[in-house]
Amino acid sequence: MSITYLEAIRAAQAKALADDPRVFIYGQDVGAFGGAFKATKNLASQFPGRVIDAPISEDAIVGAAIGAAIEGMRPIIEMQFADFSTPGLNQIINQAATLYWRTRVPCPITIRLPSGGTSGGGPFHSQCLEALYAHYPGLIVLTPATVEDAYSMLLEAVAIDDPVIFCEHKHLYYHLKAPALPTEAMPVGKARIARPGRDLTIVAYSAILHDALSAADEIAGEGAEIEVVDLRSIKPLDTDTIVASVARTGRLLCVGEAFPWGGVTAEVVARVATEGFGLLDAPPQRLNAKDTPIPYHPKLWLVHRPTARSICAAARRLLEM
Amino acid sequence: MLQTMDSRETTDAPSSFAAQYLKAFRFMLLSRVLDDKMASLYRAGKIHGGVFLGRGQEALSVSVGLALRKGDVFAPLIRDGAGRLAFGEPVLDAVRTYLGSALGPMRGRDGNVHRGRPREGLLPMISHLGAMISVVNGALLVRKFKKIDGVVGVASIGDGGTSTGAFHEALNQAAVEHLPLVLVVANNQYAYSTHTSRQFACRDLADKASGYGVAPHSVDATNLEDCLRTLAAAVTQARQGGGPQLVIGSLLRLCGHGEHDDAQYIDPQLKQSALGRDCLVVAEERLLREGWADTNALRAVRQQAAREVDEAVATVQREPSPDPFKEKWCALASPHLREMFDNPPLSDAQ
Repeated sequence: MSITYLEAIRAAQAKALADDPRVFIYGQDVGAFGGAFKATKNLASQFPGRVIDAPISEDAIVGAAIGAAIEGMRPIIEMQFADFSTPGLNQIINQAATLYWRTRVPCPITIRLPSGGTSGGGPFHSQCLEALYAHYPGLIVLTPATVEDAYSMLLEAVAIDDPVIFCEHKHLYYHLKAPALPTEAMPVGKARIARPGRDLTIVAYSAILHDALSAADEIAGEGAEIEVVDLRSIKPLDTDTIVASVARTGRLLCVGEAFPWGGVTAEVVARVATEGFGLLDAPPQRLNAKDTPIPYHPKLWLVHRPTARSICAAARRLLEM
Repeated sequence: MLQTMDSRETTDAPSSFAAQYLKAFRFMLLSRVLDDKMASLYRAGKIHGGVFLGRGQEALSVSVGLALRKGDVFAPLIRDGAGRLAFGEPVLDAVRTYLGSALGPMRGRDGNVHRGRPREGLLPMISHLGAMISVVNGALLVRKFKKIDGVVGVASIGDGGTSTGAFHEALNQAAVEHLPLVLVVANNQYAYSTHTSRQFACRDLADKASGYGVAPHSVDATNLEDCLRTLAAAVTQARQGGGPQLVIGSLLRLCGHGEHDDAQYIDPQLKQSALGRDCLVVAEERLLREGWADTNALRAVRQQAAREVDEAVATVQREPSPDPFKEKWCALASPHLREMFDNPPLSDAQ
């Protein structure tokens, strides 16, 4: 018996629907069809009237979720792909994210973004937009990398009184498995030491965490012990855990699948430089996707984004500095 | 017909219509007096940011407010002062928001027309046109889930806002869900400086309704009676399960986009046309002509409005402004998830 990352997301939504009558799901093809990735499979029949197909209108989908939240509901929005959340960007950043601050009325909506690259996805079905959303005050941005976190963090997202951008990685949907659903969980806002080490800290999140762990295994064979930090949550970002890790290792490599300009890796490096400059034995490094749209062909795609191999190379360079 | 104007009316009595007309006129006048006061305060440098008036749109706006009742949802736009008052927004909310009082609904965090009380059905607009319509839809969707019938939501928009994607998405969404949405378009001929000829190419905005599968209504928005009857009919149809209604009110904006704008681009011929009539003047003439009020009564109405606005301004001018040192600077409803950025102390930043 094992459960996939995708099944965990479905199970979390089923539990949220079962436990809380304020929860409903709204998105394209989420009803009887069960969603483009089947994240809502069977939920429409299990919860009649609460899993609702929407027209292809991301702006209106998010707007309606905000209106429902004002009325005390806790909607879960499925964007078919993270890439398609941008037509709804205005409602997310200007309406949902400002509502509580302007009016003291909370806006507890969860927006699920199937994120990241799978081979063949191309420029418009592969994006990682966590940095874009994290830039705006008033939003929580989560990036689960494990089956356990996909489940527990989605449940926590629904319970949070603020709009949550839930970046679930498509590459993990079917590949990543766990023996069972978790019975307890770390809270949102805490990073996790995914692998202890003493020579170098790799900070990663979402699917790229697993590439970082593979790289750490490989480097271990070369005699260096890499500590891998799984951010789990992009906003809030657990600076304390990151700085504490760098205090142990003296070296920082931050890895992300998103575009390089600004973003999560830049933020992590900036915080370590600001708050832990004296802990560093070498310049902090970052590794991201290339500064181009995401290519379609697998040969190009595999080079566009960081891989275990490129993480290894970056780690070796940093260990020699 | 009158039955639809006010759910409490059961007869077609002319006296009740006169009373409704006079009630509408009072809100229109109060809104005009309030607008004029805000414009004066703006010119005197007492208001930060813009001031946006509803001059010429009061008849359409007040008819929205009067057609709605407690439990309904209203997302006004920038020229809906009269509708807000008729829906129940206190004069103090407007003055406090314009003057940035810490005691106002927005506490100085947002200003001017960006005010509301979401939990009381009055949604605070964001600046992005069309964005409030789907929020009204969401509130109505919840009533549908809960099988609460007889609730109506109104969103206001202008001719310019009909060009947005948000307008299209939300009107289509309301139609798909068969929601009791009344979308009221004040076609005031100009979006800021852009004439309708550069905004849309259809013959009449009401023609758009059939494309969405919603019911159209057109009204001469300089005529209060037409507005009262049309809005009452549209709201009643939505309330009774008739689905979304699109109301197009034709009028001319009798002021600039904001008080910073002298509106010299407005075609003088339009000002002279029937569209350019001032709905407040037209309504006052009707009141006198019909004998529903005499000049003494109207003078008293005017004095009462001026007194109410002056008192509100005097009150708010004594109220505290927001204190940046007491401001929590936290955008989240979940303070435990707040990020701690090390901002320099305010005293250093100033």
